[in-house]
Amino acid sequence: MTTTTLDGGAAAPSKSNLKSRLRRAERLRKLKAVGLVAPLALFLLVVFVVPIGNMLFNSVDNGSLRQVMPQTAASLAQWDGEGLPDEATFAAFADELRDSRSGGGLGSVGRRLNYEDSGYRGLLMRTLMALPPQSDDWRETLIDIDSAWGDTATWRGIKAAAPPRTDRYLLASLDLERGADGEVQRVDEEDRLYQAVFQRTLVIAGGVTLICLALGFPLAYLLATLPAKTSNLLMILVLLPFWTSLLVRTAAWIILLQSNGLANQTLMTLGLVESPLQLVFNRTGVFFAMVHILLPFMVLPLYSVMKGISPSYQRAAVSLGAHPFAAFWQVYVPQTVSGIAAGTILVFIMALGYYITPALVGGPADQMVSYYVAYYTNTTNNWGMAAALGSILLAVTLLLYLVYHRLVNRKQMIGS
Amino acid sequence: MKRDLNHPSQPITRLARGVALGGLFTAGLAMSAGAQALTVISFGGASGDAMEKAYYGPFQESSGIELTPGDYNGELSRIRAMVETDNVSWDLVEMESPELVRGCFEGLFEPIDWERLGLGDVLIDSAFNDCGVGTFVWSTVLAYNADELDSAPTSWEDFWNVEDFPGKRGLRRGAKYTLEFALQADGVPASEVYDVLSTDEGVDRAFAKLDEIKEHIQWWEAGAQPPQWLVAGDVVMTSSYNGRIAAAQEEGTPLEIVWDGSIYDLDYWAIVAGSDYVDEAYQFIEFASQPENQAVYSSEIPYGPVHPDALDELDDEQARRMPTHADNLDGALAMNTAFWVSYGEELEQRFNAWAAQ
Amino acid sequence: MALPPYASPVERIWFWVFRSFCGLVLLFLITPVLVIIPLSFSSGSFLTYPLPGLSLRWYQEIFSAGPWLDSLKNSLIVAPLATLLAMAFGTLAAVGLNRADFPGKGVILALLISPMVVPLVIVAVGMYFFFAQVGLLNSYTGLVLAHTVLGVPFVVITVNATLQGFDFNQMRAGASLGASPMRVFFTVVLPQIVPGVVSGGLFAFATSFDEVVVALFIASPTERTLPIQMFSGIRENISPAIAAMATILILLSTLLLVTMELLRRRSERLKG
Repeated sequence: MTTTTLDGGAAAPSKSNLKSRLRRAERLRKLKAVGLVAPLALFLLVVFVVPIGNMLFNSVDNGSLRQVMPQTAASLAQWDGEGLPDEATFAAFADELRDSRSGGGLGSVGRRLNYEDSGYRGLLMRTLMALPPQSDDWRETLIDIDSAWGDTATWRGIKAAAPPRTDRYLLASLDLERGADGEVQRVDEEDRLYQAVFQRTLVIAGGVTLICLALGFPLAYLLATLPAKTSNLLMILVLLPFWTSLLVRTAAWIILLQSNGLANQTLMTLGLVESPLQLVFNRTGVFFAMVHILLPFMVLPLYSVMKGISPSYQRAAVSLGAHPFAAFWQVYVPQTVSGIAAGTILVFIMALGYYITPALVGGPADQMVSYYVAYYTNTTNNWGMAAALGSILLAVTLLLYLVYHRLVNRKQMIGS
Repeated sequence: MKRDLNHPSQPITRLARGVALGGLFTAGLAMSAGAQALTVISFGGASGDAMEKAYYGPFQESSGIELTPGDYNGELSRIRAMVETDNVSWDLVEMESPELVRGCFEGLFEPIDWERLGLGDVLIDSAFNDCGVGTFVWSTVLAYNADELDSAPTSWEDFWNVEDFPGKRGLRRGAKYTLEFALQADGVPASEVYDVLSTDEGVDRAFAKLDEIKEHIQWWEAGAQPPQWLVAGDVVMTSSYNGRIAAAQEEGTPLEIVWDGSIYDLDYWAIVAGSDYVDEAYQFIEFASQPENQAVYSSEIPYGPVHPDALDELDDEQARRMPTHADNLDGALAMNTAFWVSYGEELEQRFNAWAAQ
Repeated sequence: MALPPYASPVERIWFWVFRSFCGLVLLFLITPVLVIIPLSFSSGSFLTYPLPGLSLRWYQEIFSAGPWLDSLKNSLIVAPLATLLAMAFGTLAAVGLNRADFPGKGVILALLISPMVVPLVIVAVGMYFFFAQVGLLNSYTGLVLAHTVLGVPFVVITVNATLQGFDFNQMRAGASLGASPMRVFFTVVLPQIVPGVVSGGLFAFATSFDEVVVALFIASPTERTLPIQMFSGIRENISPAIAAMATILILLSTLLLVTMELLRRRSERLKG
C-alpha cells in the first residue's frame, strides 16, 4: 500500500483528467482490497479447496474398473447388454482379474462392484482362486468356476461400473436410483433415508440458530450496555463453557437431563411433573446440548457489534418523543444487523456439521448428515457415498449462504 | 487416492505442492521425521492401558525393539489413506473384525504368514484370519441392573418382555447385534440366526420383532454409554460390551451379565500393507500371543484370551468373567463377519430409516 | 444500563423481566460446567451422581507424567499458533472485503467460509492426501495449518461484522496525514475492530482446542492433542479424568480472565 490515494495535486486538474484520476484511484483501491484478501484466498486454495475438491470428486468418480481392468471396461462398454459378452471380453476379464491381485486393484474393483450387488466380492475371490493360467475357452472356464458368470445380470453389473463417471452416489444420497431401464426412480420406501436426514439437518440447525438468537441477543445487549467491570465478569461465564471439551459438556447434559437426572429430580421435587420427562436421547436433548455449545458463537459477534454502537442515536430518538421500545426496535436493532448476520451464520453453519453431539445425546431420528458421512468414510470405506452426501450438504449450505448474504446486504443498505 | 494423480486437477495439485514446498512451510519437514520405531495403534482407554502393561512394556524390554504406542477410534479410512498415499506410519493396528475383513480384501493389510509367526495352530479357531491374528475375545451381552428389577432376566425373550420387566432398555444404535438379538427373542436358536437373517423374510421378521419394543428402547452410540446408563438407573437392561460391566461389578455396582444369547467377536492385530517394520510386527504379535502375556492382559480387563492355556493362568473367578470360558460360550453366538461385510451397508440404511420413523 | 429514577412502572417491570431472563441464560450456560466439577473428585470411574466417594485419583492421573500432560502440551503448542495465523489471515481478508467492491466477492466469501461447511471427516481425509504429498503429515506444522484453515472463517465472519460500521475514510485521513499503511492499520483500524478480532480468535482457539477428527488423521502418536486423549477409549469408557482436566482448565482460564480484568481496572484507575 502506498499513500497515493487522493493526495490532492496542487494544480486544479481539468475535468476529464479528474475523471480518469478518480477511476485510477478507484481501481487502485480495488487492487489493494484484492491484495488484502489474496493471502487467505491463496492459502485456502492450496490447503483446503484443492485437497477437499479431490476428495469430493469421489462422489462422481467411477474410475476403478477402468483403471484396473481397462480392456474389460472397454469391451463391456461396446456390449449391448443382451446375451453373454463375447469370448474376447471373457478372456480380457480373466487376464485382468489375475493381474489385479497385486497393488490393491482387486480391492478397489471389488469395493466398486459390491455397490451393484453384495455378491461380487465373494465371486471375484472364488474365481481368482480357481483361475487356471491358460484356457482355450474362457467363457466355459469361468462359467465352470462359478455359474454366475453365465448370468447376463452379472455382466450388466460390471458394465454399470465401466463408464468413467457415475451419478449413483449422488442419486443414492437423495434416495434415488436408476431402475433396470435406466430411468431415475425413488428407492424402496423402507430404504428411504437421506431426504429426511437432509431435512432434519436443516431443521435442527435452523432451530438451534433461532434459539441461540433469542437467548443470545438480550444477553449480548446486557453485556454491551453494562459498565465494563460488571460486564467483563459476566463475560467470564459466557466464555467458561469454551474450556470444557465437547465430551465433557455432552456428559454433563446427560447427567442433567436423564430420567432420574438433576433436572427431572428438581421438577418432581417441585411437584411440577409426576413422572420423569424424557429430556435427552431425543430432539430436546439435542437442542439443549447444541444451543449450549453454540450460544457463545452468537453472543460474541453480537457483543462486538453492539460495543461499537453509540447510545446517542437511541437517546435522540427517545428525546424526540419515540417510545423507548420503538426507539430500540427502529433505531438500535437495525444497527446490529451485521452482528445478527454474523452470529446466525456462524451458529447455523456450525450446527449443520455437528454429529458427535447428536450421536451421543440424540435419538435415532436426530442424526444429522455428517453422522452418515462419518459412517461411510470411516467404517465401510465407501468414499463415494461420503463425498456425495458431503457435496450436497456443501452445495445446499453455500446456496443458502449466498441468498442470505444478498438479503442481509439489501437490508443493511436500506438500514443505512 | 493414487488414481487421483491422473485426474484433471493434478496440475493444480502440483502447483499447490510447489507453493507449499517452496514457500512458507519448509520448516515442517524438519519436524515431520517421526520416531523410528514400531508404531502400535490400539483403541486406547482401559484396554490400551492393559496392553501397555501386558505387551508394550515387556516386549520392549525383552526384544530391545523400540515401540511407539498410539490410539484411534477404528477409522479404517485413515489406514486406507496411508496405504494409498504410500505413507505408512502405523505398523500394527488393532482391528475389529468387519473392518479387518473389508480392509484385507481391499489390500490394506499384509497377509499373515502363519508359518513365519511360529504359533502353530494353538490359538482358538477364529483367531486365524488371512490378514489378522486374533488377540482377544469380547462379547456383546445382556446386562442389567439388579437393583432396578424384581427378578433376573435370563434371555433376549425377557429383554422383549416389558410387562414382567418394566423399564427402558438400551441397544446399540445400528443394525449389527440388534437384528441378531431380535431374532433370538423371536425364538430363533443361536445357531440359525444368520441363516434366517440371510433371507428377506428373516430381515422383515427381525424388524417386526423390534417394532414391539421400539418405544422402550434408548439407543446407545459409544460403548461407554450403556454401563453408565445402567449405573445411573436410566435403563434397567441393555446390550453392552462385557468388559466395562465387569469393571463396574468390581466397583461394587449391582450390574449383572446374561451370557446366554451373547454375541462374541475378536479384535485382531493387523500389519498395515507397506509397513517398514514387518519383522518387528511379527515378533510383537508372537509375543502378544503367548499365554502368560495374554493372561496378564486378561487379568487387567475381562476380555478373553485367544490362547487357550492363558485361561489356566487366571484364577477361577477371573476366568468365569471371560467370554471364552466354557460356561459362557454355551448358547453364545459368534459374530458372522462375512455376513456383515456383505450386507452391512444396506441393513444399516434400512435400520436408520426404520429407527427414525 | 441502570434503571433511571424516573422510569415508569412498565419500564420497571420490563427492566426486571429482562434482567431475570439474562440471568437464566447465564445459568443455562454455567450449570453443565458446575455439574462436571464435583465429578472430577469422584472415587469411582462413572460420571454419575451420587458420588461413591471422594478422591483425587483423577487428578493424580492427569498430573502424573504421561499422555494427559503430553497432549495438553501439544494442544497448547498447536492452538495458539493456529489462532494467530487465523487472526492474521482472517483480519486482513475481512478488511480487504470491506474496502471495496470487486467482482466475485460473493464467491470469495463463500470460499472463505467453506471450511466450516464441509463435514470434518471429509476435510480430514482430503487434507491427509494433500499433506502426504507435501510431507507435512505427522508434524506440528501440518496440524497448525489444518487448524488454521478450520479457524479462519470465524475470524473473517466476526471481523467482517465489526467492520460494517467502520468508516474507511478514516484510513484515508490517516494516510493523508502521512502515516504509513501499517501505522494506519494498527493505530486507526485495529483499535476499533478489536472486539471482533478477539472474538474470532477465541473461536479459532476453541475450535483447535476441541477438534478431534482432523487431528486424528494429521497427527502421529507423538503429536496427539488433548481432544484425542479425551476420546481415547470411548469404545469402553468415558473417564472422569476428562472432568478433572476440564476443572483445571476452567480454573486456569478463570484466573487468567480475572487477572486481566483486575489489570484493566488498575490501569483505568491510574489513568483516571
